[in-house]
Amino acid sequence: MRLRTTLIAAAVAALAGGAGAQGIDDPTRGAYYDAFEGKKVAYVPVAMGFDLTEGWAMGLKAALEPLGVTFDIRDPNWSTSAGAQAITSLISEKPDVIVVHNPDVQSYARLLKKAEEAGIYVVQVNMRSSYSTDVFVGADYVGMGRQIGERLVEICSPDKGKSGKIAITQGVLTAAASAYQMKGIEDVLKEHPEIQMVSNQAADWDATKAKNITATVIQQHPDLCAIAGFWDVMDVGTSAAIKESGKDVYLITQGGGNKAACDGLENGTYSEVVVYNVPGQARDMANTIQQLLQLKPTPGSMKTTLFTQLDFVTKDNMKPGSCWALPGQ
Amino acid sequence: MRVFGRLSQEQIVFGLAVLLCLGFALALPGFLTAQNILNLVRSVSILGILGVAMGLVVIGRGIDLSLVALMAISVAWTLQLATNGMPMGLALALGLAFSLAVGLLNGFLVAYVEIPAIFATLAMGIAVYGFGRYVMFSLDVVYLPQDAEAFRWLGQGRLLGVPTPICMFALVSFLAFLFLRYTHQGRYLRTVGDNLAAARISGVPARPVILMQYMIAATIGFVGGCVTAASVASMNTRVANSTMIYDVILVVVLGGIGLSGGKGGIRNVIVGTLLIGVLLNGMTIMDIQYTVQNVIKGVILLTAIVIDTMLNPRDEQTAQQGDI
Repeated sequence: MRLRTTLIAAAVAALAGGAGAQGIDDPTRGAYYDAFEGKKVAYVPVAMGFDLTEGWAMGLKAALEPLGVTFDIRDPNWSTSAGAQAITSLISEKPDVIVVHNPDVQSYARLLKKAEEAGIYVVQVNMRSSYSTDVFVGADYVGMGRQIGERLVEICSPDKGKSGKIAITQGVLTAAASAYQMKGIEDVLKEHPEIQMVSNQAADWDATKAKNITATVIQQHPDLCAIAGFWDVMDVGTSAAIKESGKDVYLITQGGGNKAACDGLENGTYSEVVVYNVPGQARDMANTIQQLLQLKPTPGSMKTTLFTQLDFVTKDNMKPGSCWALPGQ
Repeated sequence: MRVFGRLSQEQIVFGLAVLLCLGFALALPGFLTAQNILNLVRSVSILGILGVAMGLVVIGRGIDLSLVALMAISVAWTLQLATNGMPMGLALALGLAFSLAVGLLNGFLVAYVEIPAIFATLAMGIAVYGFGRYVMFSLDVVYLPQDAEAFRWLGQGRLLGVPTPICMFALVSFLAFLFLRYTHQGRYLRTVGDNLAAARISGVPARPVILMQYMIAATIGFVGGCVTAASVASMNTRVANSTMIYDVILVVVLGGIGLSGGKGGIRNVIVGTLLIGVLLNGMTIMDIQYTVQNVIKGVILLTAIVIDTMLNPRDEQTAQQGDI
């Protein structure tokens, strides 16, 4: 109602002035900027220093800081307990929004609930906790698992003269990315008994472990058709083992679509990369944060899930814009 | 019991490894093939190289908890410099120089400031990791530049059909063996480890020997790091926070090098490494779930230690001060 009155008033003023060349003010501008003045957003990733978390931080900073929002990074550097401490101290510091990247589905669940009860909006990114908060932005891992499962069936089906043997290299078993995705892959494989999962191991997101596991698996199953790895940074190890074996194994991996992934496709490190676009996720987060700060619902009262669109990128369908780079990369 | 009573821990562990090998060979098709044995050793060769470094320090009655962190940071820095356009040779030289400087500092803290090695190197490891991540590079995984073919060979190549990491493990072990057996410094190292006071009274330059032992460890660590980086075309600096350093100590202690110093040799490291290798390889072939693998690994290691304690009980004569 106020908006309409303002609009009419502006129109009248413009007419009365008689001069059409005079500018008029956007009536929502003031309220928009007021909503963000002096607000605080805190960001707790599992660790800084790798493409995903650096990319999100970069995107959030770029979107929020010009609005006058303070953006604060708490880096627990792969320590779940340091992360829990960071969230605990944030609850008493009361920022307006906490952006959390969960190391696993359990650890932060109670803390996130507490944070919402303390009046803080909680946004979860990419790896979710078992507790749902105001916003989740990230890949639909169960769906992603299904799609990867279907790709594996398509590539390795004995109908096409392939062996039907596949292997999985997971990250950390308890991470949402691993657990949910496994569910999706298993769902598909249940419908396809002709595809045989000969190995399903966890490599802790570490390239060296991934390489050792893969070397043994290929040696035991020389007719292995494909490997699905759960992170491109880790799967440089998987790829090294495939290359050393001299076998033709299709490697489908996944990641945030950093430049390193496209380079890997270009030089044959990976056969296919499932990309959840990190700058896009940062933008999704920034948008929902802006919405929360403007609408001011009670924290925890609405639960929004925004699944990121997935791209299945190969060397053939890769475009110049398929990947993004960090500064200095 | 008398016959078994003479078995050393090294022999027990070797026996366990052989038993496991036999069991796997009978139960798992494809275990006892040349290709798999090469795979098996290759997968633990980096652990073995680091084990040799740690073994030398432990024989000198020290311990180097900064080994893995230093390896990760110095090699990651080398890769970062090379990516930024520096010639690979120069980058390697700088990385090695950094390693040596930190090794020297470790030795200085232990030998001259007389801080217990366990605390000095623990703090050093944390400091080096933090310094590296803050000053030297910003991402925690640093990739190998595309054109570094010669470097890549170090981890992915073959020498007479044997993967180069195994050759590097063999070379490092052989050099360390020669050092311990045939050089004055090597014998000094063992003497200092066995009894520091007695060594010093008899004229051994004890403090310089301690400096040297940490510098050697840093050098071998750098070599191990280069092999790691070359074999997966990247250096993951997160290993500095992983349990890898405990795995390295485990290999050393399991093989029978007592933490009280002065005892054991390179053979012990090799035996310890092989047992871990056989275990990991067999469990991967059986596709045992990761968490269950940890349980099995823990139980087998405990078994080895229990058998050793039963067959070689400690008493006042065999136990030394400082034995952990």
